[in-house]
Amino acid sequence: MENRVGKAFVTTVDNDRPRRLRVGRTLGDRVFRGTARGFGVTVLAVMGGIGVFLTIEAIPAFREFGWDFFTTAEWNPENGVLGLAAVLVGTLTVAVVSMVIAFPLALGTALYISQYAAPKAKRWLIAMVDLMASVPSVIYGLVGAYLLQPEMVYVSRWLHDMFGWIPVFRVDTDPDAAVFAQSRYTASALIAAIVVAMMVLPYACMVMREVFDQAPQGEREAAYALGSTRWGMVRAVVLPFGRGGIIGGTMLALGRALGETIAVVLIIAPLFEVKVRILENGTITVPSLIATRYGESVGIQLAGLLAAGLVLFVITLITNSIAAVIVTRSRSGASTEI
Amino acid sequence: MTATLTPQRTEAPEAPEVRRDLRGRTVDDRVAPLGAALGALGLVSLVYDRLLPLSGTLGFLICWYLTFVVMYALVSWYRHPAPAVADRVAGVLIRTSALVVGGALATVIVYVFIRGFPALRHLNIVTDDLTAGPQDPLTTGGVLHGIVGTAIQIGIAISITLPLGVGCAVFMTEVGGKLARIVRTVVEAMTALPSIVCGLFVYIAFLLAFDVQRNGFAASLAISVMMLPIIARSAEVVLRVVPNGLREASLALGASQWQTVRKVVLPTARPALATAMVLGVARGIGETSPVLITAGYTTFLNANPFEGPMVSLPLFAYTLARSPEPLFQTRAFGAAAVLMVLVLLVFLIARMAAAQRRDR
Repeated sequence: MENRVGKAFVTTVDNDRPRRLRVGRTLGDRVFRGTARGFGVTVLAVMGGIGVFLTIEAIPAFREFGWDFFTTAEWNPENGVLGLAAVLVGTLTVAVVSMVIAFPLALGTALYISQYAAPKAKRWLIAMVDLMASVPSVIYGLVGAYLLQPEMVYVSRWLHDMFGWIPVFRVDTDPDAAVFAQSRYTASALIAAIVVAMMVLPYACMVMREVFDQAPQGEREAAYALGSTRWGMVRAVVLPFGRGGIIGGTMLALGRALGETIAVVLIIAPLFEVKVRILENGTITVPSLIATRYGESVGIQLAGLLAAGLVLFVITLITNSIAAVIVTRSRSGASTEI
Repeated sequence: MTATLTPQRTEAPEAPEVRRDLRGRTVDDRVAPLGAALGALGLVSLVYDRLLPLSGTLGFLICWYLTFVVMYALVSWYRHPAPAVADRVAGVLIRTSALVVGGALATVIVYVFIRGFPALRHLNIVTDDLTAGPQDPLTTGGVLHGIVGTAIQIGIAISITLPLGVGCAVFMTEVGGKLARIVRTVVEAMTALPSIVCGLFVYIAFLLAFDVQRNGFAASLAISVMMLPIIARSAEVVLRVVPNGLREASLALGASQWQTVRKVVLPTARPALATAMVLGVARGIGETSPVLITAGYTTFLNANPFEGPMVSLPLFAYTLARSPEPLFQTRAFGAAAVLMVLVLLVFLIARMAAAQRRDR
């Protein structure tokens, strides 16, 4: 009997099926979902279309120049020689140097806003960083060209004088000459990088600050309770917690630094030469190449410019995707609650 | 039998409670950085430019700062253990980095206004275009055409991107599904598109393809291409943080999905949405590179976006700044200052929108 009941019981369980829920949408809802989907599809079509268009238009350049396109330094449309080597090296140089400058400043500022500043000042400081992000690039460029450049000439000479033996700081002139060649130090990758650093710094700072703010209060107080100093607490709790945000924010800023145009065009002197001598006059980046050469370009040169833009887009895309993955994977704080 | 004796309380004398200051700063805490700063100033001003081959104001400040940090660490070393010294040095570094960033921003803004002041002083900067000729004194000619151009271009760009961007964000968060994931991936990818490439795209796909002269509409298309992914993405982020409980509560009360979105989700997200939108617009206003390729340059006022070149404020400033003529440069700074005012205004509106909603 017991057995039978059990059996019956089991069979009932076996027969249990989740009830089929029928989602009865009203007409209004169907219209709403359809419209929203329409927006989504439109945006997808526009954005995807641009990506496809750029690729198709750039293909002739890749086909024409083959791998030489990436190894040639020259950009000489008159002789039919186009190459990205110098441009890519220049782009990476400016971006990396700008990140070297922006990273410590962004990290320090983010730490200050989230851990050091008074609560009342915090709101203003956050607004300040937001404002810094929305100052137009042409303004940074103007300030860089007219205010920073004359000052940086001296700093560059000093760096050259002291650290000239490091290849990066080499300049093709004598730093101790009686009248030093000022023009050798102007329009350099370093000056452009400083301006780019100012522009991308707020983006890195925003991401870092948000992550630092989420550092678990319990762990912070625990660190203090164990007698930690403020810096000790930051090093033991906030920085490990925010590592994902630090890396992600930096990558995001790097992505923006790679694509910066106007400020760089206003400062650098175009020079198609593969070199990483950051103090020396002249360099070239992909965006500034496009900005200065698009007007005189037709046919294959235009395809070349597009190809350059596409290569830059792919680099930025990879950087951004890595940043996104790191930021989302970073500890959410759930595992650290006490 | 044991009796429980309650402890006898002796009445404590009524002393006013004083809140303990947990962040007490000793004299040493206050004097050490000051002394280090003064000491470093003395040392550097003695050595700099006289004993060492260094010159320039910026270099002086850098040297002073580095010497200060070292001196401060040494001074602290006398009386404090290593963790305290590390704390102090780190505190100084972190505070100064915030100070440098704030100082840089202030310098940028103030410098633009100072350099632009000679042009800004005359009211005609906002009432005239440059028809009179660029060589004329600053009392004639202005940036009116740039202001009008910026307003028209950004206006068209907003009317394209705002509905599309927000609609797309609603689709990604509220409707969802496999298609939404694809849309999200593509939109996220397109935020990486360098702004100059947006301009180049419109130049090739619109201006060259249809054999049209550069005009304002092309510029606003380029700005739209740049702004659309930014707006869609930031709107999506904002909508996603609306708590799901609110949606479920609304649906449980029998509201349809459309009612839920219109009456619950969008109103909840409105302040953050407004801020995100305005910040996106601020970026669109200031962006030069897509406009550079598509708008064309002119000194005349042109209010028709479909015909003839139409300059915007950043492009105007950029073009004049590249000239070696000091008068042109002053005009460039004047235009930049006007642009800065515009961005500041937009920014203030965003802040106020955010603050007002928070008060309610």
